[in-house]
Amino acid sequence: MSRLAIPKTYKLSIGGAFPRSESGRTYEVTTPKGAFLANAAQASRKDARDAVVAARAAQSGWAGATAYNRGQVLYRIAELLEGRREQFVEEIRSSEGVSAAAASAQVDRATDAWVWYAGWTDKYTQVAGSGNPVAGPYFNLSVPEPTGVVVVIAPQGAQGGSLLGFVNTVAPALVAGNTVVAIADETRPLSAITLAEVLATSDVPGGVVNVLTGSPAEIAPWLASHADVNALDLAGAGALEWIDLEIAAADTLKRVLSPEPGIPELSLGRILAFTETKTVWHTKSVL
Amino acid sequence: MSFLDYAPAPESTSILHLKKSYGLFIDGDFVDGSGSSFQTISPATEKKIAEIATATPEDVDRAVIAARRAFDKTWSKMPGADRGKYLYRIARLIQERARELSVAESLDNGKPIKESRDVDIPLVAAWFFYYAGWADKLSYAGLGSDPRALGVAAQIVPWNFPLLMLAWKIAPALAAGNTVVIKPAETTSLSALIFAEILQQADLPKGVVNIVTGAGATGAALVRHPDVNKVAFTGSTAVGREIAKAVAGTGKKVTLELGGKAANIVFDDAPMEQAIEGIVNGIFFNQGHVCCAGSRLLVQENVHDEVVSRLKERLSTLRLGDPLDKNTDIGAINSREQLNRIRELSDIGEKEGAERWTAPCEIPKNGFWFAPTIFTNVQAASTIAREEIFGPVLSVLTFRTPAEAITKANNTPYGLSAGIWSDKGSKILAVADKLRAGVIWANTFNRFDPASPFGGYKESGYGREGGRHGLAAYLKGSSK
Amino acid sequence: MNATALAPAERAVKLLGGDLTEKSLRLHLEGLSGVDAVGLESRAAGLGTRSIKTTSKAWALDRIIGLIDLTTLEGADTPGKVKSLVAKAVTPDATDPSTPRVAAVCVYGDMVGTAVEALGDLHGDPDDGKIAVAAVATAFPSGRASLRVKLADTEDAVAAGADEIDMVIDRGAFLAGSYGTVFEQIVAVKEACRRKDGSSASLKVILETGELNTYDNVRRASWLAILAGGDFIKTSTGKVQPAATLPVTLLMLQVVQEWHRLTGEKIGVKPAGGIRSSKDAIKYLVTVAETVGEEWLQPHLFRFGASTLLNDVLMQRQKMATGRYSGPDYVTVD
Repeated sequence: MSRLAIPKTYKLSIGGAFPRSESGRTYEVTTPKGAFLANAAQASRKDARDAVVAARAAQSGWAGATAYNRGQVLYRIAELLEGRREQFVEEIRSSEGVSAAAASAQVDRATDAWVWYAGWTDKYTQVAGSGNPVAGPYFNLSVPEPTGVVVVIAPQGAQGGSLLGFVNTVAPALVAGNTVVAIADETRPLSAITLAEVLATSDVPGGVVNVLTGSPAEIAPWLASHADVNALDLAGAGALEWIDLEIAAADTLKRVLSPEPGIPELSLGRILAFTETKTVWHTKSVL
Repeated sequence: MSFLDYAPAPESTSILHLKKSYGLFIDGDFVDGSGSSFQTISPATEKKIAEIATATPEDVDRAVIAARRAFDKTWSKMPGADRGKYLYRIARLIQERARELSVAESLDNGKPIKESRDVDIPLVAAWFFYYAGWADKLSYAGLGSDPRALGVAAQIVPWNFPLLMLAWKIAPALAAGNTVVIKPAETTSLSALIFAEILQQADLPKGVVNIVTGAGATGAALVRHPDVNKVAFTGSTAVGREIAKAVAGTGKKVTLELGGKAANIVFDDAPMEQAIEGIVNGIFFNQGHVCCAGSRLLVQENVHDEVVSRLKERLSTLRLGDPLDKNTDIGAINSREQLNRIRELSDIGEKEGAERWTAPCEIPKNGFWFAPTIFTNVQAASTIAREEIFGPVLSVLTFRTPAEAITKANNTPYGLSAGIWSDKGSKILAVADKLRAGVIWANTFNRFDPASPFGGYKESGYGREGGRHGLAAYLKGSSK
Repeated sequence: MNATALAPAERAVKLLGGDLTEKSLRLHLEGLSGVDAVGLESRAAGLGTRSIKTTSKAWALDRIIGLIDLTTLEGADTPGKVKSLVAKAVTPDATDPSTPRVAAVCVYGDMVGTAVEALGDLHGDPDDGKIAVAAVATAFPSGRASLRVKLADTEDAVAAGADEIDMVIDRGAFLAGSYGTVFEQIVAVKEACRRKDGSSASLKVILETGELNTYDNVRRASWLAILAGGDFIKTSTGKVQPAATLPVTLLMLQVVQEWHRLTGEKIGVKPAGGIRSSKDAIKYLVTVAETVGEEWLQPHLFRFGASTLLNDVLMQRQKMATGRYSGPDYVTVD
């Protein structure tokens, strides 16, 4: 007789801890055919608020880490993903109803995405920055810097994307030193939560990535209007009232990426979307 | 007689050949506006300069149609090198007519002629020169091998640097291959309309640049026009917010250069004589009508008294008066409306307990004037330390340590610019690194250059103008 | 750093306290706030764009003449050359008797007697409408000689009737950081300026800013010269390029202003070398007026060290009088 398995409780990830929703609510996560998989925490606006506080608290530390260090931390995520691939394959297979091979391929791509973005931490500044030849005795440099706290609505229900969609939106936001509050794929959140557990055991400081599960339609408006959020990635918001979210974001002039169908590709553009260019002038003279 | 009673040395207005009234510039020609026209006046004398047309939504529509046609038929198909040649022509024509443009700008805006002559207009020419060279090099802009223009750009510029802001908008847009409908500010349309004559002299193809004059309603119609692909706005944060809301969900690409409340940080090891000059230049340049003005002076507490007394001494030597006089340091406030706002905020500052000091200078009878003013004993919570005044009013606050200076400097929803004064390089670099602002001036202030990106963090807007970054704001990439 | 006691020059003792040492002097000089060159130069350029009234211009041209130290400092100077210089100083423009006289003639020490004799009754204080005699001293222009020689040089000139001594500082010592050496030499030269009757020749201290090179050095040297007792601080010998520049002069005026703020005492400034046109000279007047104030525009507080400037000013005066542009054949070459 086989051993009775111990099912996992899927919780939120806020500030490096794994709380249940303060509201006490959960919702059923099922296979595409409706079989029960788990109860996920249904985040409330207060959970979202707590996540922003955690992200803000972690931001200066993450941005202040050297680019080399951030690169190693992101690369470490890939290493740990590799070690837990069986769990991710199983979660993707069951929640997306795809073959083990397809699930495995998705894990590969997600792992490689971390490697790709890890390599950008100490390069995007050189690619996007500039030394400016101004007409005067001034040293003048422009460098991109992180925007701050970024809210990501991960792709929702994208084919072959419950993990990859999450990674391909969260990872680019982290490269420059932003911290993230991410709303996972509502119906298939398991791999995102497992990834959060990986992050907690890697070297990613608590609060750098905060993961909320539940209804984007319910939580997103609170985050879009939150004054302490600097940017909004609406990648997975296509089915929401996303124009209203953009209008809400305009109140504090947040940087916004509009919805995008499917899974975003690897892109420098997504890194730079959450940066600000700072130009520094300094007088220059030998006298 | 004092030797320092410099001559009234007014720049002659005889160089100007102004018309009595100006229409809209659409599809290469001046045409009548459908709205009721309005007067533009000299803020220094309140005398009428010319009659300006108002563009109605129908006029705006005509302008956008002309821009679209020019985009489809000529400008987007023209080789980049030829677009560049037009821009070089424009740059040269501006240099040729620099004196005339300077006089027009000072007459209409109220800024001192030495600023329009030595700063605004030379930079206008430089801006066209710089972007002219980009027109045939777009594949080197970092957006892939074949970046494309966006289409029709709707551009709205403010009244503080009328022609310079126009150049910031038009030069990169045209270099990238876009066509333009631009709206100057209601109180300062004049130089844009002279610029239209320059476009005719340059033989720029019809419809590539269209100029619609009018007030807020004209701008709103332009921003909301469905056939516009790009919106570029410089102005207040309040209007910027409305624009961001108006374009939400439209896919229009947007850049916004909005308000600021810049900290100018003076450490006790600053090169003091230059710091004093830098503080003066930071807030009293262009009567403080500068979005990136250093309006919050953060002084290290141990040098506060020295800095303030030196500052007062220096401000007492500034000359306020006729903007067309070459010796004028401080010109007129651009409009009665703005003057009232400055007065109102200054009164609030006083009521809230800050100590007001005004430079001793004679205020002319007519026109809109506000003498250079310093508020000391300003607290972080004071209204005048938080709200953009957009006038010659400086709020002085103190700090004790670099960390406190950084915290106070960043404690604002704005993030456009900041200044740092110190002789210690490592401190300057570390502080510059921590300030949340798009432009940081170290041991200088209010410097601008076409090669140098300019723009804000947070509620000061998004996107950059100037440099390669400014070009990218008018392109869509062929790669991610 | 050493604690060697320095000569207790009055100003330095007052400002730095009782025990004046090499160390206390150095601490003061090195503690001065720095100069940002770009900011200084851009401020000077801004002052250079002022336009002055026609009436102010007439006044300015006359004032420039009245502030000139008309100078000849050649190895080939002869009594004849010096007499000719004096004649020009007395009557700059024979066609216009309203032309003011210059403040002083400036010659090498051995020519002082010749100059005094040539001036005759006109030798005296420029405030009284007379012409002073200034002598360069202290192994001008290099300053490379023993202190004994420098003092003898000074004493000889004073004995011969010099009213003003233009000494050079030891730039080598300054650049080597031996501020005390430079200081003591100035104090000693100042002492050597004393006449038997107890009065003193006025001491101008030449910093030779072109050799000090940086603005921070100019600022320190200006302070040092004032602390040691200089009545004037002067930019240059005229033998080194760059000589006087507007930014350097502005910087020295700022030090003078600061000294005035601290003590109420007024120190003079003399830009010398390289100021050849009226237009340039007017920029200096504007700079003086807008920093230390118009009261500095008098011979005891401001001078131009120049030779060719005078003729340009005379041509400008003629232009203002006649409305026509003048030419070099209508002013005298001396």
